[in-house]
Amino acid sequence: MGAIYIDPQVKRARINRDECVECYACYNGMSQEHLNPAMVRTIRRVFQVMRVRFDPEPDVCPTAAFEPEELTWPRIVRRAFSDPRVPHESTGVEGRGTEEVKTNDVSGRVQVGEVGFTIEFGRPGVGVWMRDIEEMCRALAGAGVSFEKRNPVTSLMTDVHTGALREDVLNEKVLSAIVEIKTTVDRTEEIIRLVWEVEKRLDTVIAIGVGTRCDAEGEDRVVAPILEKLGYRLERAKTNIGLGRVSNPQAARREEVVNR
Amino acid sequence: MTNTLHRFGDAASFRDDYVVFAIASRGKNDVDSVPKLKRFLEIASRFNPVNLGDARHGGALRPSRSMNPSSHWNRDIQPDFEGVINGLDTTTTAAAVFDNRPAAEDFVKAVKQEDLGLSVNISTSIDGAEQCCDAAHICRHSVGYSLGFEGKTERLPNEDVLTLMTMCGHGMVSASLAKKMIDWVKEGRRTPEQAVSYLTRFCSCGVFNPARGTRILEEARTRTK
Repeated sequence: MGAIYIDPQVKRARINRDECVECYACYNGMSQEHLNPAMVRTIRRVFQVMRVRFDPEPDVCPTAAFEPEELTWPRIVRRAFSDPRVPHESTGVEGRGTEEVKTNDVSGRVQVGEVGFTIEFGRPGVGVWMRDIEEMCRALAGAGVSFEKRNPVTSLMTDVHTGALREDVLNEKVLSAIVEIKTTVDRTEEIIRLVWEVEKRLDTVIAIGVGTRCDAEGEDRVVAPILEKLGYRLERAKTNIGLGRVSNPQAARREEVVNR
Repeated sequence: MTNTLHRFGDAASFRDDYVVFAIASRGKNDVDSVPKLKRFLEIASRFNPVNLGDARHGGALRPSRSMNPSSHWNRDIQPDFEGVINGLDTTTTAAAVFDNRPAAEDFVKAVKQEDLGLSVNISTSIDGAEQCCDAAHICRHSVGYSLGFEGKTERLPNEDVLTLMTMCGHGMVSASLAKKMIDWVKEGRRTPEQAVSYLTRFCSCGVFNPARGTRILEEARTRTK
Protein backbone atom coordinates (compact mmCIF):
# COMPACT_ATOMS: atom_id res chain seq x y z
CA MET A 1 0.00 0.00 0.00
CA GLY A 2 2.95 2.31 0.63
CA ALA A 3 1.12 3.70 3.66
CA ILE A 4 4.30 4.09 5.73
CA TYR A 5 6.59 6.96 4.83
CA ILE A 6 9.24 9.20 6.38
CA ASP A 7 7.83 12.63 7.15
CA PRO A 8 10.48 15.10 5.89
CA GLN A 9 9.55 17.68 8.55
CA VAL A 10 10.11 15.54 11.62
CA LYS A 11 12.23 12.84 9.93
CA ARG A 12 10.18 10.11 11.57
CA ALA A 13 8.09 7.32 10.08
CA ARG A 14 4.40 8.12 9.72
CA ILE A 15 1.39 6.10 8.58
CA ASN A 16 -1.02 7.52 6.04
CA ARG A 17 -4.26 6.47 7.71
CA ASP A 18 -6.29 6.97 4.57
CA GLU A 19 -4.17 4.49 2.61
CA CYS A 20 -3.52 2.07 5.47
CA VAL A 21 -5.79 -0.98 5.10
CA GLU A 22 -5.09 -2.35 8.61
CA CYS A 23 -3.53 -5.55 7.28
CA TYR A 24 -1.23 -5.67 10.34
CA ALA A 25 1.63 -6.98 8.14
CA CYS A 26 3.93 -4.43 9.79
CA TYR A 27 3.04 -5.71 13.25
CA ASN A 28 2.62 -9.43 12.56
CA GLY A 29 5.21 -9.93 9.82
CA MET A 30 8.22 -8.06 11.17
CA SER A 31 10.52 -9.44 13.80
CA GLN A 32 11.21 -7.16 16.74
CA GLU A 33 14.14 -6.04 18.78
CA HIS A 34 13.51 -3.89 21.82
CA LEU A 35 16.32 -1.36 21.55
CA ASN A 36 16.22 2.15 22.92
CA PRO A 37 14.74 4.45 20.20
CA ALA A 38 16.99 7.41 21.10
CA MET A 39 20.07 5.20 20.83
CA VAL A 40 18.95 3.78 17.47
CA ARG A 41 18.30 7.26 16.05
CA THR A 42 21.67 8.55 17.26
CA ILE A 43 23.55 5.63 15.71
CA ARG A 44 21.68 6.14 12.43
CA ARG A 45 22.52 9.87 12.40
CA VAL A 46 26.20 9.19 13.04
CA PHE A 47 26.28 6.60 10.25
CA GLN A 48 24.49 9.01 7.93
CA VAL A 49 27.02 11.78 8.59
CA MET A 50 29.90 9.37 7.97
CA ARG A 51 28.16 7.99 4.85
CA VAL A 52 28.43 4.52 6.35
CA ARG A 53 25.73 1.98 5.67
CA PHE A 54 24.79 -0.62 8.28
CA ASP A 55 23.26 -3.66 6.57
CA PRO A 56 20.70 -5.03 9.06
CA GLU A 57 18.07 -7.67 8.46
CA PRO A 58 15.36 -5.91 6.45
CA ASP A 59 12.39 -7.46 8.26
CA VAL A 60 13.28 -6.33 11.76
CA CYS A 61 11.87 -3.35 13.65
CA PRO A 62 14.72 -2.42 16.05
CA THR A 63 12.49 -0.59 18.52
CA ALA A 64 9.27 -2.67 18.30
CA ALA A 65 7.56 0.58 17.33
CA PHE A 66 4.38 -0.88 15.88
CA GLU A 67 1.45 -1.21 18.24
CA PRO A 68 -1.94 -2.65 17.34
CA GLU A 69 -4.70 -0.08 17.51
CA GLU A 70 -8.16 -0.58 18.97
CA LEU A 71 -10.36 -0.24 15.88
CA THR A 72 -13.99 0.80 15.85
CA TRP A 73 -16.75 0.59 13.26
CA PRO A 74 -16.52 1.22 10.33
CA ARG A 75 -12.70 1.21 10.27
CA ILE A 76 -12.69 -2.30 11.69
CA VAL A 77 -13.99 -3.46 8.29
CA ARG A 78 -10.54 -2.70 6.90
CA ARG A 79 -8.92 -5.21 9.21
CA ALA A 80 -11.59 -7.87 8.71
CA PHE A 81 -10.85 -7.87 4.97
CA SER A 82 -7.10 -7.22 5.08
CA ASP A 83 -5.65 -9.23 7.96
CA PRO A 84 -5.89 -12.94 7.04
CA ARG A 85 -5.37 -14.00 10.66
CA VAL A 86 -8.69 -12.55 11.69
CA PRO A 87 -11.63 -14.81 10.84
CA HIS A 88 -14.60 -13.06 9.28
CA GLU A 89 -17.40 -13.18 11.83
CA SER A 90 -19.94 -13.81 9.09
CA THR A 91 -18.28 -17.02 7.88
CA GLY A 92 -15.74 -18.02 10.52
CA VAL A 93 -13.19 -18.54 7.75
CA GLU A 94 -9.78 -16.87 7.84
CA GLY A 95 -8.19 -15.14 4.87
CA ARG A 96 -10.84 -13.59 2.72
CA GLY A 97 -13.45 -15.66 4.46
CA THR A 98 -14.68 -17.84 1.62
CA GLU A 99 -14.84 -21.60 1.04
CA GLU A 100 -15.79 -21.55 -2.69
CA VAL A 101 -15.14 -24.93 -4.37
CA LYS A 102 -12.50 -25.82 -1.78
CA THR A 103 -15.16 -27.66 0.22
CA ASN A 104 -17.51 -28.40 -2.66
CA ASP A 105 -17.21 -32.16 -2.05
CA VAL A 106 -18.82 -31.58 1.35
CA SER A 107 -20.98 -28.50 0.84
CA GLY A 108 -22.29 -29.27 -2.66
CA ARG A 109 -22.23 -25.54 -3.27
CA VAL A 110 -21.62 -25.78 -7.03
CA GLN A 111 -23.48 -28.62 -8.77
CA VAL A 112 -23.16 -30.02 -12.29
CA GLY A 113 -24.47 -27.40 -14.73
CA GLU A 114 -23.59 -24.55 -12.39
CA VAL A 115 -20.66 -22.16 -12.22
CA GLY A 116 -19.33 -20.40 -9.14
CA PHE A 117 -17.52 -17.12 -9.71
CA THR A 118 -15.11 -15.48 -7.29
CA ILE A 119 -14.47 -11.90 -8.31
CA GLU A 120 -11.62 -10.61 -6.24
CA PHE A 121 -10.77 -6.93 -6.02
CA GLY A 122 -7.51 -5.23 -5.11
CA ARG A 123 -5.32 -8.27 -5.40
CA PRO A 124 -2.33 -8.30 -5.55
CA GLY A 125 -1.20 -5.41 -3.37
CA VAL A 126 -3.28 -2.63 -4.94
CA GLY A 127 -6.22 -2.48 -2.55
CA VAL A 128 -9.79 -1.44 -3.23
CA TRP A 129 -12.39 0.97 -1.88
CA MET A 130 -15.68 -0.59 -0.81
CA ARG A 131 -17.53 1.87 -3.08
CA ASP A 132 -15.83 0.24 -6.09
CA ILE A 133 -16.92 -3.18 -4.90
CA GLU A 134 -20.46 -1.89 -4.61
CA GLU A 135 -20.42 -0.73 -8.21
CA MET A 136 -19.67 -4.27 -9.35
CA CYS A 137 -22.23 -5.76 -6.95
CA ARG A 138 -24.96 -3.48 -8.28
CA ALA A 139 -24.16 -4.48 -11.86
CA LEU A 140 -24.20 -8.17 -10.97
CA ALA A 141 -27.43 -7.83 -9.01
CA GLY A 142 -28.93 -6.10 -12.05
CA ALA A 143 -28.11 -9.21 -14.05
CA GLY A 144 -30.12 -11.27 -11.55
CA VAL A 145 -27.32 -13.45 -10.19
CA SER A 146 -27.42 -14.86 -6.67
CA PHE A 147 -24.76 -13.82 -4.17
CA GLU A 148 -23.25 -16.49 -1.92
CA LYS A 149 -24.82 -16.07 1.52
CA ARG A 150 -21.77 -17.19 3.50
CA ASN A 151 -19.49 -14.51 2.13
CA PRO A 152 -18.17 -11.44 3.98
CA VAL A 153 -19.09 -8.97 1.21
CA THR A 154 -22.64 -10.34 1.03
CA SER A 155 -22.91 -9.88 4.79
CA LEU A 156 -22.33 -6.13 4.28
CA MET A 157 -25.17 -5.80 1.77
CA THR A 158 -28.29 -3.95 2.81
CA ASP A 159 -30.19 -5.45 -0.11
CA VAL A 160 -28.97 -8.51 -2.02
CA HIS A 161 -31.46 -7.77 -4.81
CA THR A 162 -29.76 -4.47 -5.65
CA GLY A 163 -26.22 -5.30 -4.49
CA ALA A 164 -26.15 -2.18 -2.28
CA LEU A 165 -23.61 -2.19 0.55
CA ARG A 166 -24.00 -0.43 3.90
CA GLU A 167 -23.39 3.26 3.35
CA ASP A 168 -21.06 3.65 6.31
CA VAL A 169 -18.48 1.24 4.86
CA LEU A 170 -18.26 2.67 1.33
CA ASN A 171 -15.32 4.94 2.13
CA GLU A 172 -13.23 2.19 3.67
CA LYS A 173 -10.25 0.78 1.79
CA VAL A 174 -9.32 -2.89 2.10
CA LEU A 175 -6.42 -4.98 0.81
CA SER A 176 -8.74 -7.29 -1.10
CA ALA A 177 -12.27 -8.65 -1.03
CA ILE A 178 -14.10 -11.38 -2.86
CA VAL A 179 -17.60 -11.27 -4.29
CA GLU A 180 -18.99 -14.76 -4.83
CA ILE A 181 -21.85 -15.53 -7.15
CA LYS A 182 -23.35 -18.62 -8.65
CA THR A 183 -25.16 -19.04 -11.91
CA THR A 184 -25.89 -21.60 -14.59
CA VAL A 185 -23.20 -22.63 -17.07
CA ASP A 186 -25.00 -21.03 -20.02
CA ARG A 187 -24.57 -17.58 -18.40
CA THR A 188 -20.76 -17.86 -18.00
CA GLU A 189 -19.91 -15.70 -21.00
CA GLU A 190 -22.54 -13.09 -20.15
CA ILE A 191 -21.22 -12.68 -16.59
CA ILE A 192 -17.61 -12.40 -17.69
CA ARG A 193 -18.50 -9.77 -20.28
CA LEU A 194 -20.37 -7.85 -17.60
CA VAL A 195 -17.31 -7.95 -15.31
CA TRP A 196 -15.13 -6.73 -18.20
CA GLU A 197 -17.46 -3.80 -18.72
CA VAL A 198 -17.54 -2.71 -15.06
CA GLU A 199 -13.83 -3.26 -14.30
CA LYS A 200 -12.91 -0.55 -16.83
CA ARG A 201 -14.51 2.00 -14.49
CA LEU A 202 -12.77 0.82 -11.31
CA ASP A 203 -9.39 2.06 -10.15
CA THR A 204 -8.08 -1.34 -9.12
CA VAL A 205 -7.16 -4.80 -10.36
CA ILE A 206 -9.45 -7.81 -10.43
CA ALA A 207 -8.77 -11.55 -10.32
CA ILE A 208 -11.55 -13.83 -11.49
CA GLY A 209 -11.84 -17.42 -10.33
CA VAL A 210 -14.29 -19.79 -11.98
CA GLY A 211 -15.31 -22.95 -10.15
CA THR A 212 -17.18 -25.88 -11.54
CA ARG A 213 -18.13 -29.46 -10.67
CA CYS A 214 -16.32 -32.13 -12.70
CA ASP A 215 -18.19 -35.01 -14.35
CA ALA A 216 -18.08 -38.67 -13.29
CA GLU A 217 -14.70 -39.15 -15.03
CA GLY A 218 -13.24 -36.14 -13.21
CA GLU A 219 -13.27 -34.01 -16.36
CA ASP A 220 -14.59 -30.54 -17.07
CA ARG A 221 -15.68 -30.52 -20.70
CA VAL A 222 -18.08 -27.59 -20.38
CA VAL A 223 -16.68 -24.53 -18.64
CA ALA A 224 -13.02 -24.63 -19.77
CA PRO A 225 -13.97 -24.42 -23.49
CA ILE A 226 -16.14 -21.35 -22.79
CA LEU A 227 -13.29 -19.62 -20.97
CA GLU A 228 -10.82 -20.48 -23.73
CA LYS A 229 -13.24 -19.14 -26.33
CA LEU A 230 -13.25 -15.85 -24.39
CA GLY A 231 -9.46 -15.69 -24.80
CA TYR A 232 -8.28 -16.95 -21.42
CA ARG A 233 -5.27 -19.27 -21.24
CA LEU A 234 -5.99 -21.64 -18.39
CA GLU A 235 -2.69 -22.21 -16.59
CA ARG A 236 -3.47 -22.68 -12.91
CA ALA A 237 -6.34 -24.11 -10.91
CA LYS A 238 -7.32 -25.27 -7.52
CA THR A 239 -8.45 -28.86 -7.72
CA ASN A 240 -10.74 -30.36 -5.10
CA ILE A 241 -9.93 -34.07 -5.12
CA GLY A 242 -13.14 -35.16 -3.41
CA LEU A 243 -11.86 -36.76 -0.20
CA GLY A 244 -14.17 -34.79 2.12
CA ARG A 245 -17.36 -36.03 3.70
CA VAL A 246 -19.97 -34.74 6.16
CA SER A 247 -19.04 -35.95 9.63
CA ASN A 248 -20.55 -33.54 12.17
CA PRO A 249 -23.18 -35.67 13.96
CA GLN A 250 -26.05 -33.24 13.35
CA ALA A 251 -25.13 -32.49 9.74
CA ALA A 252 -24.65 -36.22 9.01
CA ARG A 253 -28.12 -37.01 10.39
CA ARG A 254 -29.67 -34.28 8.22
CA GLU A 255 -27.87 -35.65 5.18
CA GLU A 256 -29.14 -39.15 5.94
CA VAL A 257 -32.74 -37.93 6.10
CA VAL A 258 -32.39 -36.10 2.80
CA ASN A 259 -30.89 -39.16 1.10
CA ARG A 260 -33.65 -41.50 2.25
CA MET B 1 -7.06 -19.90 1.01
CA THR B 2 -7.83 -18.52 -2.43
CA ASN B 3 -4.41 -17.08 -1.81
CA THR B 4 -2.95 -20.13 -3.57
CA LEU B 5 -5.06 -19.80 -6.70
CA HIS B 6 -3.90 -16.60 -8.34
CA ARG B 7 -0.15 -17.12 -8.33
CA PHE B 8 1.46 -15.33 -11.22
CA GLY B 9 3.15 -17.39 -13.92
CA ASP B 10 2.51 -19.77 -16.79
CA ALA B 11 1.96 -23.51 -16.32
CA ALA B 12 5.67 -24.28 -16.78
CA SER B 13 6.61 -21.91 -13.96
CA PHE B 14 4.63 -24.07 -11.53
CA ARG B 15 6.88 -27.10 -12.12
CA ASP B 16 8.31 -26.58 -8.64
CA ASP B 17 5.13 -25.40 -6.97
CA TYR B 18 2.58 -27.85 -5.58
CA VAL B 19 0.38 -26.64 -2.72
CA VAL B 20 -1.80 -29.31 -1.13
CA PHE B 21 -4.16 -28.16 1.59
CA ALA B 22 -6.86 -29.59 3.83
CA ILE B 23 -9.89 -27.65 4.99
CA ALA B 24 -12.98 -28.42 7.04
CA SER B 25 -16.38 -27.02 6.12
CA ARG B 26 -18.12 -25.03 8.83
CA GLY B 27 -21.10 -26.94 10.19
CA LYS B 28 -20.39 -30.00 8.04
CA ASN B 29 -17.16 -31.62 9.19
CA ASP B 30 -15.40 -29.13 11.45
CA VAL B 31 -16.13 -30.99 14.71
CA ASP B 32 -12.96 -32.77 15.90
CA SER B 33 -11.08 -31.58 12.84
CA VAL B 34 -7.95 -30.40 14.72
CA PRO B 35 -6.37 -33.88 15.15
CA LYS B 36 -7.14 -34.63 11.50
CA LEU B 37 -5.48 -31.42 10.35
CA LYS B 38 -2.46 -32.23 12.52
CA ARG B 39 -2.34 -35.71 11.01
CA PHE B 40 -2.45 -34.15 7.53
CA LEU B 41 0.63 -32.08 8.37
CA GLU B 42 2.40 -35.03 10.00
CA ILE B 43 1.96 -37.10 6.85
CA ALA B 44 3.16 -34.17 4.72
CA SER B 45 6.34 -33.83 6.77
CA ARG B 46 7.40 -37.32 5.60
CA PHE B 47 7.58 -36.19 1.96
CA ASN B 48 10.14 -33.39 2.23
CA PRO B 49 7.92 -30.34 1.92
CA VAL B 50 9.50 -26.93 1.42
CA ASN B 51 6.91 -25.30 3.67
CA LEU B 52 4.10 -26.29 6.02
CA GLY B 53 1.62 -23.98 7.63
CA ASP B 54 -1.78 -23.24 9.00
CA ALA B 55 -3.85 -20.16 8.27
CA ARG B 56 -4.01 -19.07 11.90
CA HIS B 57 -0.39 -19.32 13.00
CA GLY B 58 1.71 -19.11 9.86
CA GLY B 59 4.38 -21.19 8.16
CA ALA B 60 7.53 -23.03 9.10
CA LEU B 61 9.58 -19.83 9.25
CA ARG B 62 8.07 -17.16 11.49
CA PRO B 63 8.97 -13.71 12.75
CA SER B 64 10.37 -13.39 16.25
CA ARG B 65 8.93 -11.10 18.92
CA SER B 66 12.24 -10.78 20.76
CA MET B 67 15.25 -10.85 18.49
CA ASN B 68 18.76 -10.66 19.77
CA PRO B 69 20.88 -8.01 17.97
CA SER B 70 23.46 -10.71 17.16
CA SER B 71 20.80 -12.36 14.97
CA HIS B 72 21.70 -9.87 12.25
CA TRP B 73 24.81 -11.96 11.67
CA ASN B 74 23.73 -15.52 12.42
CA ARG B 75 20.00 -15.83 11.92
CA ASP B 76 18.50 -19.30 11.71
CA ILE B 77 16.73 -19.83 8.39
CA GLN B 78 15.83 -23.50 8.86
CA PRO B 79 12.08 -24.25 8.70
CA ASP B 80 10.50 -25.58 11.89
CA PHE B 81 7.99 -28.19 10.68
CA GLU B 82 7.49 -29.72 14.08
CA GLY B 83 6.57 -26.32 15.50
CA VAL B 84 3.86 -25.94 12.86
CA ILE B 85 2.36 -29.36 13.63
CA ASN B 86 2.45 -28.89 17.39
CA GLY B 87 1.15 -25.33 17.17
CA LEU B 88 -2.03 -26.16 15.27
CA ASP B 89 -4.72 -25.86 17.92
CA THR B 90 -7.86 -24.69 16.16
CA THR B 91 -9.96 -25.53 13.10
CA THR B 92 -8.30 -23.79 10.19
CA THR B 93 -6.68 -24.57 6.85
CA ALA B 94 -3.52 -26.69 6.86
CA ALA B 95 -1.18 -26.54 3.89
CA ALA B 96 1.89 -28.35 2.61
CA VAL B 97 4.08 -27.02 -0.20
CA PHE B 98 6.27 -29.26 -2.37
CA ASP B 99 8.85 -28.35 -4.98
CA ASN B 100 8.47 -31.48 -7.11
CA ARG B 101 5.64 -33.54 -8.52
CA PRO B 102 6.70 -37.01 -7.29
CA ALA B 103 6.63 -35.78 -3.68
CA ALA B 104 3.20 -34.20 -4.16
CA GLU B 105 1.91 -37.38 -5.82
CA ASP B 106 3.18 -39.59 -3.00
CA PHE B 107 1.65 -37.26 -0.43
CA VAL B 108 -1.74 -37.26 -2.17
CA LYS B 109 -1.64 -41.08 -2.26
CA ALA B 110 -0.87 -41.19 1.46
CA VAL B 111 -3.62 -38.70 2.33
CA LYS B 112 -6.15 -40.72 0.32
CA GLN B 113 -5.15 -43.85 2.19
CA GLU B 114 -5.47 -42.09 5.57
CA ASP B 115 -9.10 -41.17 4.77
CA LEU B 116 -9.31 -38.10 7.02
CA GLY B 117 -12.69 -37.00 5.67
CA LEU B 118 -11.52 -33.41 5.15
CA SER B 119 -11.67 -31.60 1.82
CA VAL B 120 -8.27 -31.75 0.15
CA ASN B 121 -7.25 -29.46 -2.71
CA ILE B 122 -4.21 -29.28 -4.96
CA SER B 123 -3.22 -25.85 -6.18
CA THR B 124 -0.76 -25.88 -9.06
CA SER B 125 -0.88 -26.02 -12.87
CA ILE B 126 -4.02 -27.75 -14.16
CA ASP B 127 -1.90 -30.47 -15.71
CA GLY B 128 0.19 -30.93 -12.56
CA ALA B 129 -2.92 -31.46 -10.42
CA GLU B 130 -4.35 -33.94 -12.93
CA GLN B 131 -1.15 -35.96 -12.82
CA CYS B 132 -1.25 -36.05 -9.01
CA CYS B 133 -4.85 -37.29 -9.19
CA ASP B 134 -3.98 -39.93 -11.79
CA ALA B 135 -1.11 -41.19 -9.66
CA ALA B 136 -3.46 -41.64 -6.70
CA HIS B 137 -6.31 -43.04 -8.87
CA ILE B 138 -8.56 -40.14 -7.90
CA CYS B 139 -11.24 -38.48 -10.04
CA ARG B 140 -11.24 -34.70 -9.64
CA HIS B 141 -14.37 -33.52 -7.83
CA SER B 142 -14.34 -29.81 -8.63
CA VAL B 143 -11.98 -27.35 -10.17
CA GLY B 144 -11.53 -23.60 -9.66
CA TYR B 145 -9.68 -21.90 -12.53
CA SER B 146 -7.62 -18.77 -12.15
CA LEU B 147 -8.23 -16.32 -15.00
CA GLY B 148 -5.30 -14.11 -13.97
CA PHE B 149 -5.29 -10.38 -13.28
CA GLU B 150 -7.28 -7.78 -15.18
CA GLY B 151 -8.62 -4.26 -14.78
CA LYS B 152 -6.02 -1.56 -14.02
CA THR B 153 -3.05 -3.87 -14.53
CA GLU B 154 -0.81 -0.84 -15.09
CA ARG B 155 -0.84 -0.54 -11.29
CA LEU B 156 0.92 -3.90 -10.96
CA PRO B 157 4.70 -4.30 -10.56
CA ASN B 158 6.98 -6.16 -12.99
CA GLU B 159 6.80 -9.93 -13.56
CA ASP B 160 9.54 -10.99 -11.14
CA VAL B 161 8.09 -8.93 -8.31
CA LEU B 162 4.61 -10.17 -9.14
CA THR B 163 5.75 -13.80 -9.15
CA LEU B 164 7.31 -13.42 -5.71
CA MET B 165 4.57 -11.41 -4.04
CA THR B 166 1.66 -13.53 -5.31
CA MET B 167 3.06 -16.58 -3.53
CA CYS B 168 1.32 -15.04 -0.56
CA GLY B 169 -2.00 -14.20 -2.14
CA HIS B 170 -3.19 -12.57 1.05
CA GLY B 171 -0.86 -9.73 0.12
CA MET B 172 1.35 -9.99 3.20
CA VAL B 173 4.49 -10.01 1.01
CA SER B 174 4.74 -6.45 -0.23
CA ALA B 175 5.85 -5.47 -3.71
CA SER B 176 8.45 -3.08 -2.23
CA LEU B 177 10.07 -5.81 -0.15
CA ALA B 178 10.09 -8.26 -3.09
CA LYS B 179 11.67 -5.59 -5.32
CA LYS B 180 14.21 -4.80 -2.61
CA MET B 181 15.16 -8.46 -2.29
CA ILE B 182 15.70 -8.75 -6.06
CA ASP B 183 17.98 -5.71 -5.88
CA TRP B 184 19.87 -7.05 -2.86
CA VAL B 185 20.52 -10.37 -4.60
CA LYS B 186 21.70 -8.53 -7.71
CA GLU B 187 24.02 -6.41 -5.57
CA GLY B 188 25.37 -9.46 -3.76
CA ARG B 189 24.16 -8.17 -0.40
CA ARG B 190 22.21 -11.37 0.29
CA THR B 191 22.06 -14.88 -1.16
CA PRO B 192 18.74 -15.89 -2.78
CA GLU B 193 18.16 -18.28 0.16
CA GLN B 194 18.59 -15.49 2.70
CA ALA B 195 16.47 -13.05 0.71
CA VAL B 196 13.67 -15.56 0.31
CA SER B 197 13.65 -16.27 4.05
CA TYR B 198 12.58 -12.65 4.71
CA LEU B 199 9.71 -12.94 2.27
CA THR B 200 8.64 -16.32 3.69
CA ARG B 201 8.29 -14.94 7.23
CA PHE B 202 5.63 -12.46 6.12
CA CYS B 203 3.34 -15.15 4.66
CA SER B 204 0.77 -15.72 7.38
CA CYS B 205 -0.53 -19.13 6.29
CA GLY B 206 2.62 -20.94 5.24
CA VAL B 207 1.98 -21.34 1.51
CA PHE B 208 4.90 -19.23 0.32
CA ASN B 209 7.18 -21.51 -1.70
CA PRO B 210 10.81 -20.74 -0.76
CA ALA B 211 12.21 -23.13 -3.40
CA ARG B 212 10.36 -21.37 -6.21
CA GLY B 213 11.22 -18.01 -4.65
CA THR B 214 14.93 -18.91 -4.65
CA ARG B 215 14.71 -19.91 -8.31
CA ILE B 216 12.95 -16.66 -9.25
CA LEU B 217 15.59 -14.59 -7.43
CA GLU B 218 18.38 -16.57 -9.06
CA GLU B 219 16.86 -16.01 -12.51
CA ALA B 220 16.22 -12.31 -11.80
CA ARG B 221 19.84 -11.80 -10.76
CA THR B 222 21.06 -11.45 -14.33
CA ARG B 223 17.98 -9.86 -15.84
CA THR B 224 17.98 -6.15 -16.61
CA LYS B 225 14.32 -5.17 -16.08
